[in-house]
Amino acid sequence: MAFFVARRLLYLVPVLIAVSLLTFSIASLLPGDLAYTILGDQATPENVAALRRDMGLDQPIWWRYLSWLGGVLQGDFGRSFRTGQTVLQAVGERLPVSIELMLLAQLGALGIGVPLAIICAARSGGSFDRFMTGTAFGMLSVPTFLSAILLIYFFAVELRWLPATGYVPFAEDPAANLRFMVLPALTLALAEWPSIMRVLRSDMIATLQEDYIALAKAKGLKASRILFVHALKPSSLTLVTITGINIGRLIGGAVIVETVFALPGIGRLLIGAILTRDLIILQGVVLLVGAGFVIMNFIVDLLYAVLDPRIRHGHA
Amino acid sequence: MTGNSLLSVEDVTVNLPTPRGNLRAVDHVDLTVGAGRTLGVVGESGCGKTMLSRAILQLLPKKAKLSGRVMFDRQDLLRLSPEKLRKLRGRSLAVVFQDPMTSLNPVLTIGTQLIETLQEHLELDDAAATRRSVELLAAVGIPAPEQRLAQYPHQLSGGMRQRVAIAIALSCEPKLLIADEPTTALDVTIQAQILDLLAREQRRRHMAMIIITHDLGVVAGRTDEVAVMYAGRVVERAPTPDLFKKMRMPYTEALLAALPRLDAAPHTPLPAISGRPPDPTRPLRGCSFAPRCRYAVARCQAEKPALEAAETSAHQFACFHPIEAHAGADV
Repeated sequence: MAFFVARRLLYLVPVLIAVSLLTFSIASLLPGDLAYTILGDQATPENVAALRRDMGLDQPIWWRYLSWLGGVLQGDFGRSFRTGQTVLQAVGERLPVSIELMLLAQLGALGIGVPLAIICAARSGGSFDRFMTGTAFGMLSVPTFLSAILLIYFFAVELRWLPATGYVPFAEDPAANLRFMVLPALTLALAEWPSIMRVLRSDMIATLQEDYIALAKAKGLKASRILFVHALKPSSLTLVTITGINIGRLIGGAVIVETVFALPGIGRLLIGAILTRDLIILQGVVLLVGAGFVIMNFIVDLLYAVLDPRIRHGHA
Repeated sequence: MTGNSLLSVEDVTVNLPTPRGNLRAVDHVDLTVGAGRTLGVVGESGCGKTMLSRAILQLLPKKAKLSGRVMFDRQDLLRLSPEKLRKLRGRSLAVVFQDPMTSLNPVLTIGTQLIETLQEHLELDDAAATRRSVELLAAVGIPAPEQRLAQYPHQLSGGMRQRVAIAIALSCEPKLLIADEPTTALDVTIQAQILDLLAREQRRRHMAMIIITHDLGVVAGRTDEVAVMYAGRVVERAPTPDLFKKMRMPYTEALLAALPRLDAAPHTPLPAISGRPPDPTRPLRGCSFAPRCRYAVARCQAEKPALEAAETSAHQFACFHPIEAHAGADV
């Protein structure tokens, strides 16, 4: 197992270098001169030249990449030329919001998707299964902005159970924080449970055809033990994969949901950086989010090994 | 017939709906197994022998339709509540499947798979169940049984896995063990070991056994009675010595002739049974073996021979033109 982890960790190095290269090229390959962007169209050529020298923009691209990477490795991701905040400060303020949203959304999506998938697989072809498969297919085609607006309409405007938009930090008032988080998390969960349910259902149905399930029945085991102990674990590899991808994606912020519900998360930081052409923030956030995604995939790989001993022992 | 037998299969028919129409996998089969006795069920692939075993275990696919009666230990398995059936399976009715590569759960340890069976049926605490598991693994000839409990199926060879599957089947001292092609997926050198193990444990535990196989060589000398199946029907049924001394059904003869022989001269062509079994979705009017039978006459195509007893009541066969004077082959 230790060898397995070490080997997977080594794979991370080239991937992270590739992520940093791609991220850096965003800022460098975008049309327009960064100095002009900062100084505005009233800038004199002398001012521009001076700023370019200050920022090292007159250096060759590989040199700029290496000095940026050197800074990153020492924890210096740069500083916004608009707000003066460092990238780490900006991300540090907003990351907890996005992570909380992501966790709640995953809990919701798994909480809806997994039990439904198990019930459907156990009674595949039955009327409940057909109804749920159809519903999941329908839900898959509902865009998040629509379900967000509908949820706001019902729960905030009509029933007045929950606030429509806004945010209170968890540390300040946990109860209020959760009240603000319910609708955005539910919006994301509604978008994600159908895919969770569909992959787990079809994997489970395939697993239930296996000889070892027939043997488990022939051993006289209870139906619940067959489903949860014998069938669920070997069926959950794809489930783990898509959950990992969902988590990785949401670390980068849920742009639409954060915008609709006015949550100060990574997604809105990113949008703001794009709209104001704050390239240092953009580049830093994309790099951190990319790294988060890569590390999430690493965790998924480890989970495979936990779920399937054949992967752990290098047989598959 | 039901009197003192442990298992009696009475007029069992299994129909499977398929896209090509209804498939009659098992066609009016009658069989009995007495306590402690061994029955061999022989036939080529697709003759319905596995479906018959699944019918006895009540493990048929959901869409399959089963008619007839399966009496086991004075209980009608078809009428048993799911809960009573569950308590019976693994406890007094156990099974070993064909392929030990797929019949053990790849993500659970050998120990878990043994202990869960023990704890489901016998009231054992963890320590007692573990002790019993070690004894069982040792009994089926697995070296270092304590270490095996923590291992996963993929860490064991095919023969070892089949021994684990047998240990699981034997764990609760069943009254009947159904071994469905227990050696087909194994190396030839392992086959005899596994069959001997099954025979030894059967004698020791006084349990009844059904060995399902396509290999007449497997049942010879290891069974009390043999039923030969073809196209879903039992076509010949006799005490094992009688069958090998005087087989009456041409199919049985052809099946035996198709066994490769050690004493044959090199490059002797194997007398394979030409043709294929009939399409089970299109039942034949006459004898289902007639199209491949070298003794077939017009009557065989038109009329279905019934399974009837001949000189002794124990030896039954379904043929209008049984083989008369063939001396038994020495297998």
